[in-house]
Amino acid sequence: MRQIAIYGKGGIGKSTTTQNTVSALAEAGYRCMIVGCDPKADSTRLILHRKNQATVMDLAREKGAVEDLELEEVLLEGFKGVKCVESGGPEPGVGCAGRGVITAINFLEENGAYTSDLDFVFYDVLGDVVCGGFAMPIREGKAKEIYIVTSGEMMAIYAANNISRGILKYAQSGGVRLGGLICNSRKVDREYELVSEFAERLGTQLLHFIPRDNMVQKAELNRMTVVEYAPEHPQADEYRALAKKMAENKNLYIPTPLTMDELEDLLAKYGFLD
Amino acid sequence: MTRIIEQDTQRIVDEVLEVYPEKTKKERKKHLLANDPECSSSTCGLKSNVKSRPGVMTSRGCAYAGSKGVVWGPIKDMIHISHGPVGCGQYSWWSRRNYYTGKTGINAFGAMHITSDFQENDIVFGGDKKLEQLCREIREIFPLAKGISIQCECPVGLIGDDIESVARKMTKELGIPVIPVRCEGFRGISQSLGHHIANDSIRDWVLGKVKGILEKETPYDVLILGDYNIGGEAWSSRKILEEMGLRVIAQIPGDCTLNELTNMPRPKLILVHCYRSTNYIARYMEENFGIPWMEYNFFGPTKIYESMRKIAKRFDEKIIEQTEKVIEKYKPLMDSVIEQYRPRLEGKRVMLYVGGLRPRHIVGAYEDLGMVVVATGYEFAHRDDYERTYPELPKNSLIYDDPPHYELENFADALKPDLVGSGIKEKYVYHKMGIPFRQMHSWDYSGPYHGFDGFPVFARDMDMAVNNPSWKLIRRKGR
Repeated sequence: MRQIAIYGKGGIGKSTTTQNTVSALAEAGYRCMIVGCDPKADSTRLILHRKNQATVMDLAREKGAVEDLELEEVLLEGFKGVKCVESGGPEPGVGCAGRGVITAINFLEENGAYTSDLDFVFYDVLGDVVCGGFAMPIREGKAKEIYIVTSGEMMAIYAANNISRGILKYAQSGGVRLGGLICNSRKVDREYELVSEFAERLGTQLLHFIPRDNMVQKAELNRMTVVEYAPEHPQADEYRALAKKMAENKNLYIPTPLTMDELEDLLAKYGFLD
Repeated sequence: MTRIIEQDTQRIVDEVLEVYPEKTKKERKKHLLANDPECSSSTCGLKSNVKSRPGVMTSRGCAYAGSKGVVWGPIKDMIHISHGPVGCGQYSWWSRRNYYTGKTGINAFGAMHITSDFQENDIVFGGDKKLEQLCREIREIFPLAKGISIQCECPVGLIGDDIESVARKMTKELGIPVIPVRCEGFRGISQSLGHHIANDSIRDWVLGKVKGILEKETPYDVLILGDYNIGGEAWSSRKILEEMGLRVIAQIPGDCTLNELTNMPRPKLILVHCYRSTNYIARYMEENFGIPWMEYNFFGPTKIYESMRKIAKRFDEKIIEQTEKVIEKYKPLMDSVIEQYRPRLEGKRVMLYVGGLRPRHIVGAYEDLGMVVVATGYEFAHRDDYERTYPELPKNSLIYDDPPHYELENFADALKPDLVGSGIKEKYVYHKMGIPFRQMHSWDYSGPYHGFDGFPVFARDMDMAVNNPSWKLIRRKGR
């Protein structure tokens, strides 16, 4: 079982990319599970074809305690048998969402959600690793492999660099490694060149460049991944390509985050600061 | 008369510190001092009110303990919610022996343990809704409770619950004051900050906000501040003041009602017992209401007479005269107590380690019995407490600040006290060392020790401990 965590700036397309990639992996015969680690709970809707599923924390609140839950109530199967679970958590501005992630993952572990027949477990994590709770998926015994979704936009690059710092910390204390960057294109000028060089400077690879295509949005509106909604479309092949690279990837890196000055120089080189 | 103890205090300190690593030794040395009554903070003050060193065993408490356990807890006709997981409330449940009159569940709630009992869900989703529900339930189950205070435990601060807005909403909805106290245990370095936070919450949420009843004022109105009525000691102090011709319009917080709290701005003079835990509000009353305050000490006849006369001087001839009459009335009783116990206790050596004021306040009572305080110290005192301590103690007496248990035990070995007075965390260690011990936080199931009523009890208890024949039957290994 390979456990993989997907991080990246908020709104960059982590959930879409994760679900499309997992669909492609499932199509290729791999058994996968997605664990949504975001109180918004929108990490599984394209697989399950529904608005959003009952989350671990919501049900725990309803029933009184997390101990009162049954795994079947929160672990659902969707497209090609992909297993889906959402940690859930509080509405914005109250409580502790990080603790919700910790509680939910502990629940999954204690109740045997991590079955040995699984090939991949994906953690789709909230954009900003604001506290220890959102680092839970990369702590001891869980995801050792991280992919960062980014684009050529300055703030996305900035966030990716910040996340790399967090990975560096856990790389030193545990066995966490960066598998590479995934560029979810925003059609910025010289985007491929910029993200490639950024990946190189980070000491990692640009695993795949996903071109921008409206088919993604169209499929999303139908609550499906592109792989399911338009399997013949070239965009579906992009996700299949990404899935293949990920399945075959053996290159895992300890990132070398850039300093603020280095980062600005890099962005200036590609024309952002003029 | 200069009092001197013949002991090589500095050598003892150096020897005890010897086992520490260099950095710890250097740091701890600043918290230990051979007393000089002429000491001042600028010349030889010791370091205090700083974080305890990691690795040592300290006796300090937390901010929640300082607010819930000390300042707010004794306000008897209110309900104090331990807001957070159940443990903090459980372990601070009715453990201070702060006496009060009243009937539990009707007009007194001190014996109750009321908590929001946080579960994992409350952490994740926030506890504000549960807190509202709890306030409503309290209002329904205990309709006679005069108010509610919310005593925050650590997690409430960590997850950022907005208890202030709950308090405002509930005050309006329930028609009784609901007072939020941000005394999360991780704040500050000891219980001391909890006292301060509690004082501030009285200032911000009671004064001028809660309407009180005091029919008329008299020129002889005083207010007792910072007496927790441990074993009933505020009562024995109140008795003295009343016999002097003064009217006590509130005793805060021991055996105190919410209405008494609202009397804070009404007296002619505020009498401060525990300076450490209530000086904040006393200063506020002085600065904003022009009410003077003074400290007093009703431990042992010498200090009682001294304090009574000092208080009387703040009033008129009538009070001064009456005060002398009261002293005259009780002096024979006091003298007979001294006559009875002094021969049995003369020269006995005492080592103290207590909290807010007792390390200096009870020195006089021991000296009245002929005993010598060879060492004393505080858990959470600040510089101004130590400034008040130096003149009270003999020269060469050892003063320690926040001493770890290792240091205390070794000081006891070196100083060979006949009596150790400290708390429950220390008690059994010294019993096992074969040293007589009295709990001086809680009066060891006894008390009161204050006032004319208290001194005979104090003398009897000290004699009972020191001269108990069972100590002779204990043989300590290697001694």
